[in-house]
Amino acid sequence: MAAAPRLEGRGLACSRGMATLFRDVSFVLDAGEWLAIRGANGSGKTTLLRCVAGLTHVDAGSIARSGDFLYAGHLPAINDDLDAGENLRALLALRGIEPAADAVAGALDRVGLAKRRMLPARRLSAGQRRRIGLARLALDPAPIWILDEPLTALDADGEALFSGLLGAHVRGGGLALVATHHDLAPAPTRELRMPAPERLSRGGA
Amino acid sequence: MNVVAEPRAIDAPQGSFGAGFAWAFARDLMLARRHPGETVLVVSFYALVASLFPLGVGAEPQLLARIGPGIIWVCALLAAFLSLPSLFATDFADGMLEQMALSPQPMPSWIAGKIAAHWMASGLPLTVLSPLLGLQYGLDGATLGTLAMALALGTPILSLLGAACSALTLGARGGGMLLALLALPLFVPVLIFGAGAAEAAASGLSAAPHLSLLGAGLILAAMAVPFAIAAAIRIALD
Repeated sequence: MAAAPRLEGRGLACSRGMATLFRDVSFVLDAGEWLAIRGANGSGKTTLLRCVAGLTHVDAGSIARSGDFLYAGHLPAINDDLDAGENLRALLALRGIEPAADAVAGALDRVGLAKRRMLPARRLSAGQRRRIGLARLALDPAPIWILDEPLTALDADGEALFSGLLGAHVRGGGLALVATHHDLAPAPTRELRMPAPERLSRGGA
Repeated sequence: MNVVAEPRAIDAPQGSFGAGFAWAFARDLMLARRHPGETVLVVSFYALVASLFPLGVGAEPQLLARIGPGIIWVCALLAAFLSLPSLFATDFADGMLEQMALSPQPMPSWIAGKIAAHWMASGLPLTVLSPLLGLQYGLDGATLGTLAMALALGTPILSLLGAACSALTLGARGGGMLLALLALPLFVPVLIFGAGAAEAAASGLSAAPHLSLLGAGLILAAMAVPFAIAAAIRIALD
């Protein structure tokens, strides 16, 4: 492992049309830490994560990522016509990761999809699709995780699986930025509470 | 101040054009194989419509030979258009597009891979089938050859331009209709030179100028379009 991963956002602001979603949001994450982003629906958690990942432009502030990162949004990036293994391999290969064949099978087994490995994803439930994402977390070596509501549609067992993965990731020197409403087992190093969205009048404030 | 510094660490996986292209090409071909309905639809639409014209205008050999290349080109153009709306829309809807945009592979690489796979599943079968359809119009051997050649050069341009329009309509409501309005006018030069090549061959002239222009158009489109699409996708994801 080269340099220790680090993720920093300073004075971030983002607006959508007339509405300022957030402004002056800052955080620093070092290796071994994870930050929980909390806030009401519509308070800009997803937008903040998309800004940090580089998908959405920030209106102000700067983001510094040192280290390779993995972003998992609330769309699972699972193709209906591919089976769980193919979806998982495609997601990893896209990021230049070539896992051994038994590593993919092992990861799917670990998230409880061993028996459904050959089914096209259209026949999996929402929670089972999410579990493909969990298997991806287990196999991707990226030190920085940016996760948007990773527990959506997961049952208690899935939640425990995610907690285990997150714990191992953080203990292994990774860091994670997670938007979630749940209380997770490795307690977050820090919490970031998004303020309620404010409406600005025309002309700004 | 909109400063976003993005230093990548040394241990980050490095993407390359070849890897991104191969990834998207292999994946989309696998999806096309898994789901052959779309290719079958494109090819049967093409064959059916091109077969309807001789029935409609009557079996007059001179007339058929005169209108044949143009009709086959228009049919190919409409058939190629059929499979365009889903080119980026599926990946956009299931979140794969944002994963691709964030991957270490350069954006134009997987965009080019997707377009190449799209052509393999639509433009290539149309090209291969064209001499067969041309027989219905009583085209002679040289014209059939030129027609296939022009389609081989022209259908990749259709895929490229169509993909650009498809990326521009991402996230727009009623995107399909908008796509038709955007893409079909752009296809006009391809149609003119493509049909012109076959017509020149039919009247005993050299088709070389038309084919050269199509080739130049193809090179230009292949160089520029993936970059334009990358910009369009960034806007759609923002």
